[in-house]
Amino acid sequence: MAIKSLDELKKLKTEALKRREVTQSTGRVQVIVPMGTPGIAAGARETLKAILELIETENLSDVIIRQTGSSGLDEWEPIMQVVIGDQPKVTYGKVSPERAKRIMKEHVMGGKVVTEFVVPQ
Amino acid sequence: MLHIVDVVQNSVRAEAKTIEITIEEDLRNDRLKATVQDDGMGMDEKMVARISDPFMTTRTTRKIGLGIPLFKAAAEACNGSLQITSAPGQGTRLAVEFQRSHIDRMPLGDLAGTLLTFLITYSDIHWLFCYKVNEREFVFDDEPIKKELEGVPLTEPTILAFLRELLQEGIDEVTP
Repeated sequence: MAIKSLDELKKLKTEALKRREVTQSTGRVQVIVPMGTPGIAAGARETLKAILELIETENLSDVIIRQTGSSGLDEWEPIMQVVIGDQPKVTYGKVSPERAKRIMKEHVMGGKVVTEFVVPQ
Repeated sequence: MLHIVDVVQNSVRAEAKTIEITIEEDLRNDRLKATVQDDGMGMDEKMVARISDPFMTTRTTRKIGLGIPLFKAAAEACNGSLQITSAPGQGTRLAVEFQRSHIDRMPLGDLAGTLLTFLITYSDIHWLFCYKVNEREFVFDDEPIKKELEGVPLTEPTILAFLRELLQEGIDEVTP
């Protein structure tokens, strides 16, 4: 890898660290998208892509994204799960890219669960 | 790339710490090759033999696994083949080959996007990617990046954009 790109990365890291100091109060957010065959077949890659896009456009700091295998909730795929700090995990179903963006805005950024998309227990 | 995602998930379940993905387009001989090599727990001979069996899986959530059998069938339908080399404690290497121009050969799709997804969603794993077209190649190793970041997540928006561009530019440079 070119040295130049690592220098650029160093700058981005410093900026990111500064930004995190400011936003530390909100607590760490985890977003989990099951990417098993059923998830992918149902469009989980587009969902994940929408989440990543939103992180970039809204400049969202401190969000960790993970994938898992099949969720076992095939009929609800694509699934998206949100964990904020110590709060319990919220599982959303049939998460289209549009829904994913709404969940990111209302739940991850706004702290309010989007109840209409939550998978019934 | 759907199958590659499947294979990678197998490697993750085998507790791999390093996963190396190589994709090679040989335009002169009209071949497309891909390998996924991991340092996970590996499998014995019996297990490797059984892995092409659609009713074999290590999963406990359901009893059938179609990942490898479907990948193998896709390769064989395109004058290609799929081979798995593995031993307990030695990791696993899966090599697949297609006739590149075969009408049934699945497209690679959004390679940069797929690699980026692996990188950020399995961020504990050390990733190595190599994309080769004839003699030109793009090699990516996430270790220097993670070392430089010192724990700052890859999902920080500016770093995410940086990684996306880095992968896309590298791939574009060798793409025929």
